[in-house]
Amino acid sequence: MAETVADEDLKLTPLHDLHIELGGKMVPFAGYSMPVQYKLGIMGEHQHTRAKAGLFDVSHMGQAVLIGPDHETTAKALEALTPSNFVELGHGRQRYTVLLNEDGGIIDDLMVTRPLDPNDDGRLLLVVNAARKDVDYAHLRAKLPETVKLEVVDDRALIAVQGPEAVAAVAAHAPAAAELGFMSAAPMEFDGIACHIARAGYSGEDGVEMSVPAGAADAIARALLADDRVEAIGLGARDSLRLEAGLCLYGHDIDETTSPVEGNITFCMQKRRREEGGFPAADRIQKELAEGTDRIRVGLRLDGKAPAREGAEIALPGGDVIGILTSGGFAPTVGAPIAMGYVPADHAIEGTQLELIVRARRLPATVAAMPFVPNRYYRKPKA
Amino acid sequence: MTTYYSKDHEWISVEGGTATIGITAYAQEQLGDVVYVELPDAGKALSQGDEAAVVESVKAASEVYAPIDGEVTEANDVLADEPAKVNEDPEGAAWFIKMTVGNEGQLADLMDEAAYKAYIETL
Repeated sequence: MAETVADEDLKLTPLHDLHIELGGKMVPFAGYSMPVQYKLGIMGEHQHTRAKAGLFDVSHMGQAVLIGPDHETTAKALEALTPSNFVELGHGRQRYTVLLNEDGGIIDDLMVTRPLDPNDDGRLLLVVNAARKDVDYAHLRAKLPETVKLEVVDDRALIAVQGPEAVAAVAAHAPAAAELGFMSAAPMEFDGIACHIARAGYSGEDGVEMSVPAGAADAIARALLADDRVEAIGLGARDSLRLEAGLCLYGHDIDETTSPVEGNITFCMQKRRREEGGFPAADRIQKELAEGTDRIRVGLRLDGKAPAREGAEIALPGGDVIGILTSGGFAPTVGAPIAMGYVPADHAIEGTQLELIVRARRLPATVAAMPFVPNRYYRKPKA
Repeated sequence: MTTYYSKDHEWISVEGGTATIGITAYAQEQLGDVVYVELPDAGKALSQGDEAAVVESVKAASEVYAPIDGEVTEANDVLADEPAKVNEDPEGAAWFIKMTVGNEGQLADLMDEAAYKAYIETL
């Protein structure tokens, strides 16, 4: 969601000086000056993250807190705006969800965490997309009941560390990070600095996302980068990693015109919510769950080497255009181009042969299961 | 052999009526990791400014325009299997196409190496 903004209007994250020092190639992104890559390059950064650990500045994303009198009140207020179950979300547990508009389209996708400490009941922590902060906050403020307030957190940075060695690298400074289960979070000290660390991310790898005091972000990032296993990773590899993991990029793969069923992200809808409804456009979404949708987001693997990108048309072999790509590019770990896009449901079956139209040429592609690269999220060993 | 450079960061090496064309080291640096190169077939007639090739990096697709008029006589097939050669040896083994020089006058509008070096300093 890069938008064109004059350089002087771009906001800087607390890690800006570090990006420059590391040779980051800075680009405008969602109103911020962000590194698209460093000296390793997108390919090298992608591969390093899958092999060892990558550090990502995601401070441009929006951090906010919902504050209500008790857990049930706050959870129900958020449930009225999303199709996920928050009432039964456990302490220190995190969940992916979407804010829905009145038509069942997606205003934004976000992560929601219930604090670990029962004394914090009534609070839910949100992380939203940078480009959607203003829209999300206005929507929440307009729709939340009197008893639940939205507090924007603007004095904290957000650092993601992703990859098979990410947790070990973080645990060298914050040992409690190694104890976290996937999609769990806890407050803990990183070299004595109070942080909030979640075992989650958006690369398909094990790893963490750390909400840290803005003033300490630079020291924390440098401490991690001093570890040989950790390299700084820019937005370019962040995009290729999430694409391989089959994860949606807001504004591309999902937006206000796509429902969560069309977007193929119904994993964010827990059983009780699917049955009870009580979220915006529940009639439409429950009908889609029962009967399917006209179109759905699928993964595509290209047979050849030429990549197809967002906006390319999807066609039947030798025939009509039936859809459009919403993401696409070369997948470094797969070693071939991959894509995502929307097609009619009857052409969405794995193995279906389609064509992607790139510069008037038809590139053969096959509907493929996602993720394209197996997820390696952490699973706690059974006690 | 004389080598010319375009503002679009192509090099054009002319020898005996044949021009060999590729992208400069500066261009590959800006593109990043090249993952695919689409080249024209031999026999294709190009006018100055026509799209001659497409270079796909991990990040984006970039067009390469014909710096002069002429007919494609050969495309570098090596790049089909080894697109990363464009990053390794852009001004050597990773040439894109060979073409005839259809209009020698157009060469005069291109830069020599010193002028090109001065030009990229201004970017």
